[in-house]
Parts: sequence; C-alpha cells; structure tokens
Amino acid sequence: MNFSEVFKQSNQLCKVSPDGKYLATCVQYRLVVRDVSTLQILQLYTCLDQISHMDWSSDSLFILCAMYKRGLVQVWSLEQPDWHCKIDEGSIGLVSSRWSPDGRHILNTTEFHLRVTVWSLCTKAVSYIKYPKACSKGIDFSRDGCYMALAERRDCKDYVSVFVCDDWHLLRHFETETQDLAGLEWSPNGCVLAVWDSCLEYKVLLYSLDGRLLSTYSAYEWSLGVKSVTWSPSSQFLAIGSYDEKVRILNHITWKKITQFEHPSTINNTKAVVYKEVERRPVVSDDLSLHNITVGTTLFNTQSKYEICPLPVQIPVVKPDPDRANPKIGISSLAFSADGRYLATKNGGFQVQSLSWHCTGDSLILLGKEQLCLCYMETEQEDK
Amino acid sequence: QPTPLISHATMSPSKQNNLLSMYSSLSLSKSSYSVISAFCTEDNIPQCISYINQELASLGLSSTCIEASSPGAAGLNPVPALNATYELLQIHRRTMCSLEELEREQLKKSSTLEHVQMNNSRLKDQLELSIREKSGLHEMERQLQLKIKTLQSCLKTEKDEVQKLQNIIASRASQYSHDAKRKERETAKLKERLSQLLVDRKDKKLAIDVLNCLGRSDGKRSHWKTAKAAASHEGEMYKSLLSDYEASQRSLMLENAELKKVLQQMKKEMIHVLSPRQPSIRGATADDSQEQADSDLEDRAGDSSRGSLDKSCEHAREQLTNSIRQQWRKLRNHMERLDSQASQVQNQLESNKDVISRETHEDEMERMRREVQQCKEFIDAQQQLLQQQLNTSFDDETAALLNDCYTLEEKERLKEEWRLFEEQKRNFERERTNFTEAAIRLGREKKAFEEDRASWLKNQFLNMTPFTDRRRCSSSDGQSALSISKSFLQLAMSQETTHALNRYFQLLPSGRRFKSQVKAKSRLRCGDLSIFSLGEDENSLT
Repeated sequence: MNFSEVFKQSNQLCKVSPDGKYLATCVQYRLVVRDVSTLQILQLYTCLDQISHMDWSSDSLFILCAMYKRGLVQVWSLEQPDWHCKIDEGSIGLVSSRWSPDGRHILNTTEFHLRVTVWSLCTKAVSYIKYPKACSKGIDFSRDGCYMALAERRDCKDYVSVFVCDDWHLLRHFETETQDLAGLEWSPNGCVLAVWDSCLEYKVLLYSLDGRLLSTYSAYEWSLGVKSVTWSPSSQFLAIGSYDEKVRILNHITWKKITQFEHPSTINNTKAVVYKEVERRPVVSDDLSLHNITVGTTLFNTQSKYEICPLPVQIPVVKPDPDRANPKIGISSLAFSADGRYLATKNGGFQVQSLSWHCTGDSLILLGKEQLCLCYMETEQEDK
Repeated sequence: QPTPLISHATMSPSKQNNLLSMYSSLSLSKSSYSVISAFCTEDNIPQCISYINQELASLGLSSTCIEASSPGAAGLNPVPALNATYELLQIHRRTMCSLEELEREQLKKSSTLEHVQMNNSRLKDQLELSIREKSGLHEMERQLQLKIKTLQSCLKTEKDEVQKLQNIIASRASQYSHDAKRKERETAKLKERLSQLLVDRKDKKLAIDVLNCLGRSDGKRSHWKTAKAAASHEGEMYKSLLSDYEASQRSLMLENAELKKVLQQMKKEMIHVLSPRQPSIRGATADDSQEQADSDLEDRAGDSSRGSLDKSCEHAREQLTNSIRQQWRKLRNHMERLDSQASQVQNQLESNKDVISRETHEDEMERMRREVQQCKEFIDAQQQLLQQQLNTSFDDETAALLNDCYTLEEKERLKEEWRLFEEQKRNFERERTNFTEAAIRLGREKKAFEEDRASWLKNQFLNMTPFTDRRRCSSSDGQSALSISKSFLQLAMSQETTHALNRYFQLLPSGRRFKSQVKAKSRLRCGDLSIFSLGEDENSLT
C-alpha cells in the first residue's frame, strides 16, 4: 500500500467530495481543497475563526465551514471562488450546522438546542423549528433527500416531526412512546422511521412515513439497552446493538427478531477466523552505529502482520468501571456491507473509531486512533 | 474300675446279680474280660448258671437257658450254653453296629454343629456390619436433608432479595424519571426565558450575508407555500408509501407463491410416499375416510393449482396447510412405526439363536482373523526354521551327520528288506532245485515204469492163459509199478511240489513233452492208485 506525503489538518476535518473528485481539509482557519488524483491544491479559503466543522454539499459545489465559538457559518463555492456566504447566528450561539440534502439550505442548531434555524441560500429566507431534542441523533434525512425527521421534546414528552425538504413543510408531527428518545433513523427506502430510546430502557419503535406506529421491540428491561442501530441497505433488516454485547436483527415484515449475534469473550465457533495483529519489533543492538541507522531505515518501524489464531481464542476484555455512566461495553458500531451479506460489529472498548465497508461490499476498513486495517472478505466465509 | 469288679467277684453269686445289673450298661472293656474268669469258679457253677439265666431272661433271651449237663454236675449243657453265647454274640455285634452308627451320627452332628456355629458367628458379624452401615447411611441422609433444607432456605432468601432489589429498582426508576421531568420542566422554562431575552435584545442580530442568491439545486423555481403545495406533499408522501407497500406486497406474493408451490410438491410427494403402503399398514383405521381425504386433497390440489396465482382465499390456504400437516403427521407416524419395527427386528435377530447377530458375527470374524494371523505367523516361523535348517545344512560335517541320521533308518529298513528278499530267493532256488531233481527222478522213474508197463503188457498178453504160475511175473512188475506209484505218491503228497512242478513246467520249454506224457499216464487206473490225478486235471497247463 502506498501512502502519500503527510498533510496537515486540524480537528480531523478532512473530507472527500461526494463526487469523489476533491479533497477538502481544514488547517486551523484555512480550508484547503485538493484534487484527489494529483493532490494538488486547487483552492484555498480563509475563514474568520478556527473551523469547528466542515462539510461538502451534496452536489460537491459548496463547502460549509462552521465556527461554533463565534456562531458563524461560512459557505464557499468551488466553481466561483469569489462567491462567499456568511451566516451569523448572533448571540444565540451555534452547536451544530449541516447541509440539507438539496445542498441549498443550511440547518443550524443553536446553543441549548433552543431552536433549529433553516437558512436558505436561494431565498435568504430563514425558518425556525422550535424545541429540537438534544440527543445523539435528533435529525435524520431520508436517503432520497425528500424528508427530514426531527426529534422534539415538549412538556416532558417526545415528538417526531417529519418535514418535506422541498419547502420545509411540516408533514407529520406525532408523539413517540419513548421515555427519552435517543435517536432516529430512516430506512433506506424512506418508508419506515426507527426510533429508539435512551440506554436506560431498551425500546425500539418503528413508525411509517405517515406517522403510524408499526411496531415496538424490546428485548429486555432494567439493564442498559440500545447502544447502536443500523438498517440493512435493502431495508429488510434492522440491526440493534445493545449493552448486553448482543446484536439483534429484526425483519421488516413482522418486525420481530429473527436472529441474534453474541459476542462471547472466548471464540470457539469453528466457522470463525480470528486474525491477530502481531507486532515484530526489530531488536536494537547495543552498538548503534551510524551505518546501521542510515542503512536500516526500518529499524525504528515496527512491522506488524496478521496471523490466524487457532481456536479457541480468548479476547482480552477490559471490565469497565460500573459506577461511571455510559460504560464502554456493548455494541458501539454496526455496519452492513453494501450487498447486505455481512454485518460488521464492534463490541467493547476497542479503539476502533469507525467501520466502513467498500461500496462493492467485499472489503472493510477499520480506523483506529493510530492504525488502520483493511479486511478483504472471501466470498465463502462469513466474518463478524 | 477293675477293683470293684474283682471285689465283687469274690462275693456270692446271689449278690452278684445286683451289682452286675448295675454294671450291665458298661461297655465291654478289657478289664471286664479279666473279670469273667473271676466271676465263675468251680464252686459256684450252679449259682452262676442261675444268675446267668436270670440275666439272660432279663435281657429278653428267653429262648435258651443254660443248664447243667446233669444236675449237680460241674459241667454245662453245651447246646443251650452255645446258643446263649451265640445269641449274646449276636446282641454284641448288633450293639457294636449301632454304636458305630451312633458314633458316626455323633461325628456328623458335631461337624454340622460346628459349621452352623461358624455360620452363625459370621452372620452375626455381617448383621453387625450392616447395622453399622445402615446407621451411617441414616446419618448421611440426615445430613443431606439438612443441607437441602439450608440450600432451600438460601434460595428462598436469594429470591426474596432479588424481588426486593427489583422493587427498589422500579421505585428508583420512577423517582429518577420524576426528578428528570421536573428538571426538564425547569430547563424548558429557562430556555423559553432565554430565547425571549435573546429575541428581545436585538443587539446582535442574526443575519445572513450572501453575495448572491443561488439557484435551486434542481434548477426549478421555488414555489410559494400554499395549501395546494401542502396537499401535493401529502399526496406525494402517500404515493411513496403506497409504492413501497406495493413493492413489498409483490415480493411477498412471489414468495408466497413459491412457498405454496413447495408445499404442493411436498404434499404430493408425501402422498406418493404413503400411498403404496396404505393397504399393508392401514388396518383398523378408517380406510374409507383416508381415501376420501386423499381424493379431496387431489381435488383441492387441482383447484388450488388453478387459482394459485390469484389471491387465494383463507379457506383454500387453511385447507392446504391442514392437509400438509395431516400428511406430515401420517408420514411421521409411519416413520416411527418403521423405526419400532426395525428395532423389533433387530431385537429378534439378537435373540434368535439360528441367526447370528451382528456382534457375534463380528466377534467370530475377529477371532478367525486372529487365528489366520496366528497361523500365518506359525507358518512364517516354520519357514524360518526350515530356512535355518537348509542354511545350516551347508555346513559340511553337520550336514553329513544330519543326512546320515535321516537316512540311517531308511537304510536299515532297506537292508532288512533286502535280507528278507535274499532269503526268499534262496528258498525259492532251493525249492526249484528240489523240484528239478524230483522232476528228473520222476522222469526216470516214468521211463522205468513205461518199460515195466510195456513188459507187463507184453507179459500179460503173452500170459493170457489160464496158467497161474505166470502171475508172479506180473507181481514183480507190479512192484516196480508200486514203486512208481510210491514215488508218485510222494510227489502227490506235497501240493506245493505239484504247483512248483507246474511252475517248473511253465518255465522249461522242454517240459511240454513231459507234461503230455504225464497226462497220458494219469489215465491209468491201478487199483487204489487213483491219486494219479496229481492235480493235473485241475491245473490246466495248456
């Protein structure tokens, strides 16, 4: 694998454009746009403050840069570098900022989640949505970009509002049966909205597009509940990862559990292949002559390779502190492959920041804090 | 013991009665024998006699009484005395026998007693042991019961604790939610206040500063928000929902059709599997209903296959599933029956002595294999030894020695046989020479006889006169004839020699001539010389 030279960035703000042609990185208050193939700098923009958040618009024409401290959002155009746009939220503050699916509206969430301001870049109009819920995933756009679901909370009750992204018309507004709504996600076909409760209660609710409650699923009570939820690409399955280290799969016809996957600390399933990264540190001899250092450029690089461990394999488990909230146990991330054949899950406190599948569905990239790992799937095997 | 008897021997016979009757049960001991001589003396013979008679009478031997040979004499009448003695002897023998028997009985009984005593002691020990064991087991059981009780109580306490904890959790949860709600209401109020303040303050206004407005992403012009737009949005939403439902329904229909097809197939196959066995299996169960059901199924199969693609009604679907279930149940029962039959047959095979069960068969096979292996090993060993033998025979001296050893016996036997053969040969030679000599002699004598005969005939012819003085010549001739006949007799005596002669004749070609002559002679009749036959007639020497 070849690596390019190292580029500076700040805040892990480094994104490839949706059309795959450009790479945008933020360095402090500068926005650098490069060409993906040549890595040549195409554009360079300067913002007013340190950039907290950066995102491409869906048509890859605009980039928004949000500066939360200042409450500012600046939008840059790739086609017209002179074009500028600045949105000032004023004293109301800014907590998060995002594009709408059509790439012409910007939704800003104010401080204390007082409201969501929808700025239109076409008409300069502004709309407000009151009482957005402060939860881990309170806003979700459907995949076709037609609808937006927003979680709200009024009078100690949870509501979901469905907006038409075209003109931000409120389509549906209904109350949910959750104690404390933690997140919502559209199914890929845009017809079902999955809503789940906070970890104090295991509850997953399924609402249809028009606001009817289709089904409720609760695996157990009292123990810590849902940690992560994901839909399969075909909308046929909903995978729920919970704090009891299990993934449960529901089917879209009956919304009942069809299977569940365990994550035992000892793997002795004969069908499982366990890869272990083994580091090989070169032995540094006492006489560190200059010759050795210059010749052996890999002297200080630790080589590592993956070898297959024989079963049964004991996975090192770190017991989390039971007194602290949000313990590092349970399934924290789930990802279906593009064809829906595989489900990758991360259980426990491993330092894996993200799991992403390749669009062809035969390889998976694991990003850790300091490492990355590419897994290629063989067509016959199943990996977890 | 002897002392009192001796003392009583000196007493008068009248007193002897009492004492003797007292000692009558005593077994005869040597000492008592010595007493008998002291019992009777020359003086007290009649008293002794009377006493003895009394004793004999008391013993029950009333048959004989000893009496004196003559009244007043010192002698005894021997006959009754002997009789009495004999009877006493008999009694004595009988008592000895009974005594022996009693002794034997007593021995037996004592041994059985010993045995029983031993058994008794052993059983007592056993009983003690088992009693101890029982008490030990009782103790253990008691302890285990105790343990069970404690564990049960532990379990109960644990369950109670769990219940209590759950109650605690529930109460705490309600408490927390109440508190959280309260806090939320507070923050909502704060937020309201804050937003109000911010809106009112107006110092730092929120604003957007855009160089120029962008066009819409899809290029269309934006529309006013109207009720029609709202309605159109509603419509669109419903349209998308409907299309999704239709798509899912289509896929479900397809799946349904597939599954139905599979079910039909299964049903057909099950029917097919079950139907050939129906006449044999269906005994008391309702055949008619079964066939009716089958025919119904067939009908329904036809119906549902026709109407499978369109929306099948509940009824048909239910019937299909019911029929499938029924068939499956039948198939399962059939399988169970087959299984039980197979196990029964297996049991029968195992219990049947004529048929070798699999295990014994395998054992036999194993044994035979082992035998074969052993035989093979044996053969190999033998071969090895043989090889060794052959190999070691190349060693000269020992080889020669061994060879000699093996062939010596044969040589001896052969020598023996040769010796016998030589002997027989010699015997034969001897006999042959004897025969030849005899034959030669016979020939000569015959010649002489012929001459004699010729002369006798001549004489006879010439003497065919009534004159008797010529008869003397014939007798002299007869003598030579007699001598010839004697020699003939000698020859004829030994049957062997005739046979030898025959053989000799066979061997000698010149004997033919002789033979014919002998034959001719045999026809001569000469009084008692009819033994001319010589066995020639029987032996056909042609």
